[in-house]
Amino acid sequence: MSGLNDFTVKIATVNGTGSASANGLLMKAIFRMGVPVSGKNLFPSNIQGLPTWYEIRVSGAGHTARRAEFDLVVAMNPATYARDVAEVRSGGWVLHDSSWPLSPDLRRDDVTFLGVPLARLCNEHFEGARVRILLKNIAYSGVLAALLQLEMDVVEGLLEETYGRKKALLDSNFEAVRLGYDYAKEHFDCPLPTRLERLDATAGHILIDGNTAAALGCVYAGATVAAWYPITPSTSLVDAFQAFCTKLRKDPGSGRNRVAVIQAEDELAAVGMVVGASWVGGRAFTATSGPGISLMSEFIGLAYYAEIPAVIFDVQRTGPSTGMPTRTQQGDLMTAAYASHGDTKHILLFPADPGECFAMAVQAFDLSEHYQTPVFVLSDLDIGMNDWVVPALGWDDAYRPDRGKVLDAEALERMERYHRYLDVDGDGIPPRTLPGVHPKGAYFARGSGHDRYGRYTEDADAYTDVMERLARKIDGSWERLPEPEVLMMPGAEVGLVTLGGCRAAVLEARERLVEKGLPVNVLRVRGFPFGPQVGEFMEAHGRTFVVEQNRDHQLLSLLALETGFPRERLVSVGSYGGMPLSARDVLEGMASGGVGGEGDVSSQAASERELRAPIAAALGRRARGEP
Amino acid sequence: MTHIPKPRIRHPSLRINAVGLTRRDYEGSMSTLCAGCGHDSITAAIIEAAWELDLEPRTVAKLSGIGCSSKTPTYFLGTAHGFNAVHGRMPSIGTGAQATNPDLTYIGVSGDGDSLAIGLGQLCHVIRRNVDMVYILENNGVYGLTKGQFSASADVGSRAKRGQVNRQQPIDPALLALTLGATFVARSFSGDKAQLVPILKAGIRHRGFALVDVISPCVAFNDHEGSTKSYRYTRENLEEAVDADFTLPTAGITASYEPGSVRAVTLPDGSVVHFRKVPDEFDPGNRDRVYAYLRERQGAGEIPTGLLYLDPDAPDHRDTLETVSTSLVDLPFEELCPGREALERLLTDFR
Ligand SMILES: Cc1ncc(C[n+]2csc(CCOP(=O)(O)OP(=O)(O)O)c2C)c(N)n1
Ligand code: SF4
Ligand SMILES: [Mg+2]
Repeated sequence: MSGLNDFTVKIATVNGTGSASANGLLMKAIFRMGVPVSGKNLFPSNIQGLPTWYEIRVSGAGHTARRAEFDLVVAMNPATYARDVAEVRSGGWVLHDSSWPLSPDLRRDDVTFLGVPLARLCNEHFEGARVRILLKNIAYSGVLAALLQLEMDVVEGLLEETYGRKKALLDSNFEAVRLGYDYAKEHFDCPLPTRLERLDATAGHILIDGNTAAALGCVYAGATVAAWYPITPSTSLVDAFQAFCTKLRKDPGSGRNRVAVIQAEDELAAVGMVVGASWVGGRAFTATSGPGISLMSEFIGLAYYAEIPAVIFDVQRTGPSTGMPTRTQQGDLMTAAYASHGDTKHILLFPADPGECFAMAVQAFDLSEHYQTPVFVLSDLDIGMNDWVVPALGWDDAYRPDRGKVLDAEALERMERYHRYLDVDGDGIPPRTLPGVHPKGAYFARGSGHDRYGRYTEDADAYTDVMERLARKIDGSWERLPEPEVLMMPGAEVGLVTLGGCRAAVLEARERLVEKGLPVNVLRVRGFPFGPQVGEFMEAHGRTFVVEQNRDHQLLSLLALETGFPRERLVSVGSYGGMPLSARDVLEGMASGGVGGEGDVSSQAASERELRAPIAAALGRRARGEP
Repeated sequence: MTHIPKPRIRHPSLRINAVGLTRRDYEGSMSTLCAGCGHDSITAAIIEAAWELDLEPRTVAKLSGIGCSSKTPTYFLGTAHGFNAVHGRMPSIGTGAQATNPDLTYIGVSGDGDSLAIGLGQLCHVIRRNVDMVYILENNGVYGLTKGQFSASADVGSRAKRGQVNRQQPIDPALLALTLGATFVARSFSGDKAQLVPILKAGIRHRGFALVDVISPCVAFNDHEGSTKSYRYTRENLEEAVDADFTLPTAGITASYEPGSVRAVTLPDGSVVHFRKVPDEFDPGNRDRVYAYLRERQGAGEIPTGLLYLDPDAPDHRDTLETVSTSLVDLPFEELCPGREALERLLTDFR
């Protein structure tokens, strides 16, 4: 299964010991060798002292989903030795610090233990406890370079880029990486069969996390206001936005900012500031995670009802409540779709990777202003905080923002009278006005009952009139939302419907199923409300699996609710324990939920047997009942 | 109750201000509050202040939360935009709006429930940020709109209409604002238009956050014997501590003040606030002295009113954000979007 340019390394360290820079170094070095790579950072909600893991998957074929079968484990944290050693695949390797003897009961006969006295080497060569701890990480990177045949030129080039101006630091990093490299060359049979070889598969690509890409999207969309309250895993989005703005949004004359980034006192205030900024005509956004969405709900309802734009990035983490703040999930779909009390429905965008975070950030502002309503970008921790290889972000200089229907002074001057909620052209979107422009444009934005003229009302008909139009406006918005990604092949009766970051695992699972003779079609929704295409896809397949990452089948429920497609004909597949989805998760879910399992749909066109065998084969197993 | 427009009758004798408008032009729709409600008098004072300041209604943004008090922005400046936020969250609307477009004059109206209970957090932070707006807290000691529950400003011992007695300590917005670093703190009474109008004018002109706490009796639920926010109690116990007058830059300082009894403070736009009748121990620029003075008078059963504290030169929120001085709404897209070539350069960090 594993081998040349196809393997997974898991690095176990302690939080706060500086392993992040070593892991980043390895990722980028592999990327620069032209080999597709993905990294999953499994970190604790803690600043220092708890176990942390980093998984590096190398896939010449370009698979980016998590792969939880580890060929090599770098066991640097004694507290998790037992667990880490147990996770190596049979025939794999464990790299450990042999400065101290490894407890005999940790040994396994079916894996190779590679001991390197990293602590001793660093103690001999460097001064100071902190420096020794930090450089130990660089030293194991050197060992990995030798074992995996990572080009040292590339590694050293990267160190130079990072520390070039700090000579002493650069020298010690060079020395540390060489210590590990030379030790491995001398003591082990390098390289391992599981190793790297230069490819040309990352040309035209970048290595970036989704939060950074989304932040860049906000800059490019012309966002002028960000208001937020720190929360993992969304914080780095606003941090990145601020950093980009420091570079790109300084007024050359005055040196002042062409942007306002406001750290609010909580999420209620953060979204209030966004609504206030949008009301006067700014392009404003906030970034948060589940707990923040809960707090923002009341204002989100107001923005929906008073028809004020607001862009909300929800970088999802596991719920409910505080949940597991540093683990990923797609648990906010329902909450976001119908956020706030009363009848509401919101536009949602589902990026699958950092590339789409960038593009959808821009679309979110356009849609929000076009429809004068909140728009959510539902990213997640895996997309937002992990580094992904994606095609280089592109930009068309002809792009101009869609500010929606906003009446200027001239237009207002020409009008006899202006009424805020009057649908003059029948598309469900009344033109809006901005404060300060013209006295005729004045209206009172409110969350209380109002009629089509913008006046307070408690009249049933006048109220219902506005509510019906709002429903039409949002339901019709699918036309402008990003279209689903659809992959069809002849003869396929099995359909997979998915969203967001599940894409990578779904495509990989599909590839394996196709190899085993089972044609599979895929539809990935990219926006909500769904267009007619989604229902048609489900209708067209004998068996539809819905792949998502939450317990309660939220995407499945949304599909059933919004398209009217019978719920019983959909089978939910996925995992929600906080880890990024793997192809194995998808296949196992299909095997247990879809075939003979709880969610059996054997009345459907594809017979159980036809399905069971290829799914089992893709999992490397025999199907139940097979000889 | 639905919307009630006001008949527009222009009397030829109505006086016109510098922007060609009469007082009637600063009115809004008909009030739907109880007859005699203190809030309506404050509305009248706002109309007067806006007219006297020659504000163009178009350039004003009215903000409020939820409550009887928060309904009032529809009753003044009918041709200005308004925003009725969710309960207690008007400060965040103001903060976002003001950071984006500083060219508007922001007038916020709130109640003691809206500001001191559900919205206390946002009030504290809008004060700390020194957002450039006037914030009128129409303080009646009760939740009017939900029918008379005690608010967080009800005094110990004050009696609700149904007879319950409040035993919890009140939050005094003026003291609170002083401790949070407010740059403009005033208190007045809805029934004292002569005092309130100049305070509102100064608050509107102040560059930064101006808190105006206005005792505003609720005739439906809190105007009875035993209430410390009733008309009667207020009239008897209000103490005009500081008489502040406000003059526009063009008007110049009037000569009628006796030297020694007048302290003049110039606001950044050139307008001047004159403090008259200032007691010796009072210095409107000394936060600690003002605080001590208010506590001392409170101990004596008085409610000191007037413009109590003023720091005209503190940086406002936009200064802190170091935002360009113009409205962010007007920035051309070309200045905001770095373009394709810049993107290619930026992406080298990710290769
Ligand atoms: C989230 C929420 N909770 C409760 C209410 C009900 N409510 C409306 S007004 C009000 C109290 C208003 O009191 P105050 O601000 O003092 O205004 P007043 O009516 O006294 O002028 C309450 C509790 C609401 N609108 N929203
Ligand atoms: S209930 Fe009280 S606060 Fe409300 S309108 Fe009547 S008098 Fe005014
Ligand atoms: Mg009240």
